[in-house]
Amino acid sequence: MTTAVPFWRAAPLSLLILAAFLIAWEIAVMPRAGQGPAVDPEYAALLGQAAAQGGTTPMPGPIAIGRRLAELLADPFYVRGTNDQGIGVQIAWSLLRVGAGFSLAALVAIPLGFLIGMSPLLNAALNPFIQVLRPVSPLAWMPLALYSIKDSAVSSIFVIFICSVWPMLLNTAFGVATVRREWLNVARTLEAGTWKTATRVILPAAAPTIVTGMRISIGIAWLVIVAAEMLVGGTGIGYWVWNQWNNLSIADIVIAILMIGLVGLALDRLLGLAAAAVAWRE
Amino acid sequence: MARIFQDPFSEKVDLAACSCGRAHPPGLACEAAAAPADGTGPLGEAAEVAVMRALFPEDAARRALLRLFGAGTVLAAIESLFPLATAREALAQAAGAPEKRDLKIGFIPITCATPIIMAHPMGFYARHGLNVEVVRTAGWAVIRDRAIAREYDAAHMLAPMPIAMSLGVGVGQPQPFAVAAIENINGQAITLANKHRERRNPREWKGFRFAVPFDFSMHNYLLRHYLAENGVDPDRDVQIRAVPPPEMVANLRADNIDGFLGPDPFNQRAVFDGVGFIHILTKELWDGHPCCAFAVPRGMITDQPNTFAALMRAIVEATAHSQKPENRREVAQAIAGQNYLNQPPTVVEQVLTGTFADGLGRVQRVPDRIGFDPFPWHSMAYWILTQMRRWGQLPREVDYAQVAEQVFLALDAGRAMRDLGLSVPVSPLRIERIMGRTFDPANPAPWAERAIRA
Repeated sequence: MTTAVPFWRAAPLSLLILAAFLIAWEIAVMPRAGQGPAVDPEYAALLGQAAAQGGTTPMPGPIAIGRRLAELLADPFYVRGTNDQGIGVQIAWSLLRVGAGFSLAALVAIPLGFLIGMSPLLNAALNPFIQVLRPVSPLAWMPLALYSIKDSAVSSIFVIFICSVWPMLLNTAFGVATVRREWLNVARTLEAGTWKTATRVILPAAAPTIVTGMRISIGIAWLVIVAAEMLVGGTGIGYWVWNQWNNLSIADIVIAILMIGLVGLALDRLLGLAAAAVAWRE
Repeated sequence: MARIFQDPFSEKVDLAACSCGRAHPPGLACEAAAAPADGTGPLGEAAEVAVMRALFPEDAARRALLRLFGAGTVLAAIESLFPLATAREALAQAAGAPEKRDLKIGFIPITCATPIIMAHPMGFYARHGLNVEVVRTAGWAVIRDRAIAREYDAAHMLAPMPIAMSLGVGVGQPQPFAVAAIENINGQAITLANKHRERRNPREWKGFRFAVPFDFSMHNYLLRHYLAENGVDPDRDVQIRAVPPPEMVANLRADNIDGFLGPDPFNQRAVFDGVGFIHILTKELWDGHPCCAFAVPRGMITDQPNTFAALMRAIVEATAHSQKPENRREVAQAIAGQNYLNQPPTVVEQVLTGTFADGLGRVQRVPDRIGFDPFPWHSMAYWILTQMRRWGQLPREVDYAQVAEQVFLALDAGRAMRDLGLSVPVSPLRIERIMGRTFDPANPAPWAERAIRA
């Protein structure tokens, strides 16, 4: 492992890289002056600013995006009708869906993982199914879900469920199966029952692996919700991206990417804290 | 207001003609009566008809009596025996209220949906006692699935979609849907990338990659027909992909496609962003062609007849309002915002007013670039069916007349139009002019052949 670099040395370098990137971007998208042909003013009035000068609408620069970001963040929680809601509301919707699908997955995956981990027979019997279903892209489930569940809101939660269930299941099973033999033997000599062994010995021992599984799952769930909402629409940050794409508004899409990244980071940190809480050292 | 039921107090009328007792063009099915907003509408007439039928099972006796004493005397005599006026009012009022007031209607954010959308901010739904939520939807397949799942009570669809769904083409099993009204006529265009400015002759288009919004769309059929008429085989010489409209402009810009036949505002948006030019408006291919439809599940007509009737009146009224040139600017302002189309207002305005930049440096003035006419002509359904046969989407032979009658609700749309004082065509069939050729619904067979003109 490399020695940790102190924050005060890394941060200025990060800022420098960011500034260089933004400046290069701004310069790259700056409108070229004097390139357009003179067209009659009535025609020009019907076109976008860039098209009127004979070009195509350029990619927005960091300044334009920053301005738009300030505009969006000034009032993030407004609701003006079914199809016009603030970016904060959209993120809240996405978090709600991820939370619902992820919790359901945890409720199913952790007990099932325990069973699989504790019983080699069950492990061998279920393994083929898990191996086949695990690599399926969660979005491939979407048409099936829509067709059979017939409710788009439940379908997107189902897709989150199905994508977050596998890492948790496999990690739980692995964590439970690899608990030290000696510890189990000690439990047995102390005449602890199966239930007591599971809760007092196996659970604390396997907890770090289980939380790692949850951490992987929440990352995948957050990736998938954006795509699922783009498909199904209605509300959520994914739908917001689709909607701004519909308007060909690149600035909004860049902002959405930034937001998705920040929220994903926050979710990961949250489970990182949980991991630290259950970690143990020998 | 014109009567829907025949006047039972006229000796000229034959009440025995159709068992439904209502005047309708021959060949159209009889349908359940719609409820009027007030007490004097068709249900009042229905009460009169029912009473007269009960009193005079023999129609000849009724006619003879009316001839002898005159309608006024007979009416007075019957009213002394039977409270006709009370029955009339009671019947009309009891049935008038919508069974379901809170409705969800899905739409795709394109100008074709103008009447469905603008009826919300401009209060047309509310005026007919409905509380409608219009929900922007991500694509045609999604709108279809949500409509099938009844998440939407009614939906904006491409005119061929309810036909395909009812026939079970492109869906798991047949889903009985109906075109309650046509949303818009015309209003589409072929847009090409700027680099093809010099290649305006479609005969030079071999190898082009085109986008259309959906397989079951007028866009697909019109583009294929346009190409076939110009000697280009749409299956072998070019590539036609289904691409969601907003991605058409982005794909055009990225040089993934050479052009598209798509809905507005995206043709105009391509010009606005300096990416493409408008090659031809579909109005010039087939003036008055249908594009999008206001679709309802067929079950709604019998299960919620009053809701259906109220919805129908709201939509027809909104359509008529959108059609008037003097309202177009106001409508454009109402629907361009974030809650609806989410487009620059000038783009939507250019589409609706027909004064637009064509991308070639000219300002064109085509006031009827897009039109709004709710009447679902059966001849349109016939043509759509010929094209589904022509391009192999529909592998079996079907009875065009039967499908058209079931899916295109000319009778209901006609009734709502008549209530609003609009003129209603006598027959739902007419001869269409498509790219200089006539489409005669009496002889649709030649149009179902592949026929690529060399």
